[in-house]
Order: sequence, then structure tokens, then C-alpha cells
Amino acid sequence: MDFRLGEKSEQLRKETRAFLDEVLTEEILETCHETGVNHHPDFAAALRDKGWLALGWPVEAGGQGRDPLEVLAYGEEIQRRNAPVYAIGTTMAVAHVIYDLGTQAQKDEILPKALNAEVLIALGFTEPENGSDAAAAATRAVRAGDSWTISGSKMFTTNAQIADYVFMLARTNPEAPKHRGLTTFLVPLDQPGVEIQAVRTMSGERTNITFYNDVVVADKWRIGEVDGGWNVMATAFAHEHTASFSGEQWRLLEAFEAWARDAVDDNGASKAADPAVRARTGKTRTELEVSALLLRRAVWRKSEGLPVSGEGSMAKLFSTERLEQQASTTLELVGRDGLRARGDATAVQGGRIEHMIRHAKGTTIYAGTSEIHRGIISQHVLGLPRSY
Amino acid sequence: VDLAPNAEQRQLVDAFAALYADLCTPAEIHAAEPHGYDPALWQRLIATGVVAMALPESAGGYGASLVDLCLVAEQHGRHVAPAPVIEAQVAGRLLARLTDGASPLLPEIAAGDRLLTLALRPAVAGRADLVPAGAIADTALVVVDDSVVLMSLAGHATAVDNLGCMPLADVEDVSGEVIASGPGAVEAFATAIDEWRVLTAAALHGIAARSLEIAVDYVKQRQAFGRPLGAFQGVAHRLADRATEVDGAQLLAREAAWSQDAEPSRFATLAAMALGFSAETARDTTYFAVHFHGGYGFMLEYPVQLYFRRARTWGAVLESPADSFRRVGDFRLVEAD
Repeated sequence: MDFRLGEKSEQLRKETRAFLDEVLTEEILETCHETGVNHHPDFAAALRDKGWLALGWPVEAGGQGRDPLEVLAYGEEIQRRNAPVYAIGTTMAVAHVIYDLGTQAQKDEILPKALNAEVLIALGFTEPENGSDAAAAATRAVRAGDSWTISGSKMFTTNAQIADYVFMLARTNPEAPKHRGLTTFLVPLDQPGVEIQAVRTMSGERTNITFYNDVVVADKWRIGEVDGGWNVMATAFAHEHTASFSGEQWRLLEAFEAWARDAVDDNGASKAADPAVRARTGKTRTELEVSALLLRRAVWRKSEGLPVSGEGSMAKLFSTERLEQQASTTLELVGRDGLRARGDATAVQGGRIEHMIRHAKGTTIYAGTSEIHRGIISQHVLGLPRSY
Repeated sequence: VDLAPNAEQRQLVDAFAALYADLCTPAEIHAAEPHGYDPALWQRLIATGVVAMALPESAGGYGASLVDLCLVAEQHGRHVAPAPVIEAQVAGRLLARLTDGASPLLPEIAAGDRLLTLALRPAVAGRADLVPAGAIADTALVVVDDSVVLMSLAGHATAVDNLGCMPLADVEDVSGEVIASGPGAVEAFATAIDEWRVLTAAALHGIAARSLEIAVDYVKQRQAFGRPLGAFQGVAHRLADRATEVDGAQLLAREAAWSQDAEPSRFATLAAMALGFSAETARDTTYFAVHFHGGYGFMLEYPVQLYFRRARTWGAVLESPADSFRRVGDFRLVEAD
């Protein structure tokens, strides 16, 4: 048994840290926070220059051919520092779908731009009337010769306002069973009939609702078979479901510990000596370790070619649910000054704990709600029947 | 990264799994209550080398790593075995460490002719309370001030009836041969307690893992309102949470065991993390395992209650999860300063 990620991974971790020290400036983080957009062109360009937009892709596809454990070490550092990679992440995930399943023309058009940070792609699965049940998508795509007319709306189309395309799941056959009447398209956003409205979230993140009023899309932008959209989605989801949130837990823990070292109680005793503070510190650190181990196991199994069913769900479920509990109990221990938000001169740790309360709740919802993941685990790991 | 036991370790696991399955049925566990000791099981474990494997080669042992012992402890927990495996292993290793493998007691311990345990806390005013395996051992290692004392328990130990039907005893008038003194002795003892934390964490993982299986089997069979219990999200989703924690507890206990040789600077922290997390996991998993059996889970006749009570006892004789987590916090907040 060996729990180390290995020399290559640790080398890349070191490089990533040095890179972030140099490139991820306060100014970039500030801009992301102010705008609520988890993307920054300068940062994306710097990643491109390192070749890190596609570090896990095969060399012949324009990537660095790094193994999954290296990608994991890189990802742990990126997350821990809250580097703005969300738009890059969705873009490269869709680019990977195109690499796997797209036509040569689609590959020629999209892949060089994606690898060069010259294109952004948003996700368009969720709709106002369906979230977790993505296969219930009602947005229609109707074929007329060589093109499709799309009408409907998509919810939480994060980054649509800066993206070039939305990777969309649309209903092409209303008569077929719901999973078999769907097709995926890469819909160019800069065209008549597309309307993007900002939606603001509790964490300050900007997302969107997007409307498609008879938007015409050439058939060349169809990804995969007609009515084969659910198979395409399986490829795209496989990526999203192996996320973990130990990076957020690190940021919360570091803010809490910094507070504990500075703060004193009414009698002048250090908060770092408070048994409840020490217990919370230790519990958060422990849960962080477990979060990282669960993800490490999922990635290791994948890299060994072992079957993965539910391990990614466990990593996502555990890390987000525990993050939410950590944020709540941390705020209770910090007390009322923890309520002060960023911008207030006396805000605890610059409002980082207050912000984590906002941010943590979202993590249990996106990338598969906790209920979706519990369903996957109970069916595929425990062998229980589908439950209601 | 390699998270899988190697071929030898898989053989080890198979051997102990078969032994426990053979000799450690719910009926035998019941029969061994209230003081949780089955001499026939213990003799078989000794014959299989359960203590000898834990001792260094310099002491005539097999020099097993803590990872190997961790894998055995998982099986031990899965069968809530009434035998003092962890205490005998950890105490034997400590005695070997303190005497450079030269203690004449070591061969007797390995052969099962003598049962050595250890008090988990230093004696206070000549008394060591809730000594694990104290009710069945003949000899114990106890810390008195900055010395480690080897004492005979005859006439000193009083068995304590307890929640987990463990062979616990209070030990009075602590006195005996001083084996070692000074900072080195105290440090060696602290290492032994960390080994005990890791192995107990692994055993608690085993308790949790097996009780989860029992619960899952039951909710697949048992019908209510026209469908299996497991088809209700109120049941299935709670078991999914437990399954996640059970896997996490296993990974963490194994990582802690692995770190003893591979990353010794993290060993003490990981040991405390592992015990705290496994104890919580065993507590919560057995809670739901009993609960989803309904009234049957509360009956002595159903084995699941055996797991429930031990889940709340095996780690708690040293410390609560909150104690373990405070210890982790101390390493970060106090010692890091």
C-alpha cells in the first residue's frame, strides 16, 4: 500500500504552487469576486502558456499526456487557492466530448481554439422546470433540412455572457421515451434569438437563465447521433461527478485557524486554547483528509482501469456535506463578528468565513445534488432498489 | 498510489477472515459475554501467530507492519471478536521496543503462555482504570510518572461490567518492575498508544462495515407498505451516507497505519484522526443498522445489537471522538506555533 501520489505528481504540485504564487494575483481574485465570474482571461492565458489547459489529454490531442494522479495533484492546488477555472473547466470538458465523439470538422473548429484559450463553452442541461432530472429537458430542436430550430430555455447557464457556445441538451423526438429523444448541440451564442439574463446567487456568483427563441443551428453543430444525446451526456457527466471539495475545506480551516491564533476571549485567553475550537479544528482537518482520500481512491481506480461506480459520488457527497457543516459550526464558534462581510474593516479574516457559509450551500446542489449521489451509491454500491 | 493490499496481505486477510468466520459466530459472542473473552478463539488466534506476527524479528516475531496488523484488526472488528488481539499486539510491541527485544517474557507472550496488556493512561494515585483486557490478562504495562512498569495483575485487577462486554478491569496498587524510565520510555509508550488508536480505528471500521452489510441485507428483504424498506429514500439515503463514511474510515485507518513507516512525522496526527473518525462512523452506522431493523434490532437475539454496543465502547475506553479531534487540533494550533 502506498498513499503517496508519486514523484511526478509532487513535482507538478510544486510547480503549480510556484505558478499560482506568481500568476494568481490579489487583483485577479478581487476581479473574480467583484464580478462573480469564475474566469479571468489573463489567468486562462497563463495556464495555456504552461500547457495546463489540457494537462491530462493525450499528447497527440494537444495535451501533456499527464497521468490522472498528476492531474489530481494539480487540481488539489488549484482548488485550494480558489483559482478561477470554472469556465475553462466546462470548456475543456466539452472539448473532450468533441475529441471523443465529434466530427472531424467539429474537432478542427473547436479543439485548437479550446487548447489556445480562445473559446469558452457553457453548459446547458438544466432548465427552469427540470434540474436533477436532466433527461426531462423540454427545450425543443426541430429539424428542417440541414439545420435545426431551437426553442426553449436553460437555467444556470453559468458564464453564458462570456461564452461562445452553449453545450445544449435538447429534445428532438417527443414521442420517444425521455432518455431516447434527446440530442446534444453546440449552439453558438452570438446570434439572433438568444437572450441571456443574469441570475445572481447567494454566494455572489453570477449565473444566467438563457432563452432560445427559434434559434437556427446548422446540423454541423450536432454532437453525436440524433436522439443519442443521453450517451453523449454520460461522457460529459463522468467528468463532473468526480469532483471533490477539499480545497474549500482547506480555505475554511486556514481562515478559522488564523482567527483562533489572533482572537482572545473576554478573559484574554487565546481562542486557540478553547477546547471547542481545538475539536473543530481537528474534526475539519480529519474530514478534509477523508475528502481527499475518497477522491484519491476514485482517481486511482480510474488510473488503474478498475471499475468505478459510486466512488466519485462518495467523494463529492462527503466533501460538500461536510464542508457545509464545517462552515456552520465554524461560524458558531467565531461568534457574531463572523457575520461581518468582506468590505467591513473589522470583518473576521476579511469575511472569508461569512463567504464560505454562502458558498458551501451551493456545493451540495451543483454537480449532482446530494440526493442524486446518494441514489447512485445506494443503487450501485449497496445494491438497493431504486428508492423514492 | 496503491490502495490495494498486496498478494501476501490478501492471504493474511483471507486466513483471518476464515478463522473468525469459523470460531466467532453470534452465538459464541453471546456466550462469551459479559466479559468478552472466548479462550478457544484466543488459543486458535495464538496458534495462527496473531501476537507473534506483531513482534519484531529481533524478538522472535514475524515483524509485521502496522498495515498488516490493521488488516487483521478490520477482520477482528467485522466479527466483534471476544479476544484481546489489539492489546496483546500493542503491549508486546511496546515491551519489545523498551527492551530491544530481549525481554524473556516475549516468547511466552507470543506462545500465549502469558497474556500481556497495557493501561491506556498513566496510573493516577496508584490506580489505572478501565484497563482493556485487564480482566483476563496476567501482566500489564503501566506508566507511573515517567517510568513504564511491568506488573502482575493477580490480586490487583477487578473486572468491570460494561456496555461493550469488554474484558475491562480497574487496577489498584500499581507496582512492579520498572522496565524503562525517562523521555524515551514515555515516547515509546505514546507510540504504543498511537498504534492502539490505529488498530482500534481499523477494528471500529470493521464493526461499521459489517453492521452496514447486515443492515443492507435486512432492508432488501424486509417489506413495509408493499415494498422493501430499502426502496424508501429515508432508509436508502442514510445507508448511502454511512457507506461513504465506512469507506472513508477504512482509507484513513489504513493511511494512518501506512504512515508509521512511510511518513512518521504524520503518524500521531493521523492516528488520532483515524480513531475519531472511525468511532463516529461505527457509532452512526450501528445506530442506523439497529434502527432499520425496527423492534427486532433491539432484541438480544439479533446480532446487530452486539455491534451497536461495541461501537460505543472499543474506542471510548481511551477517548471520545471529540477528544481525538481535540488532539488533532492541538497538533495544528498549539504545536505548530
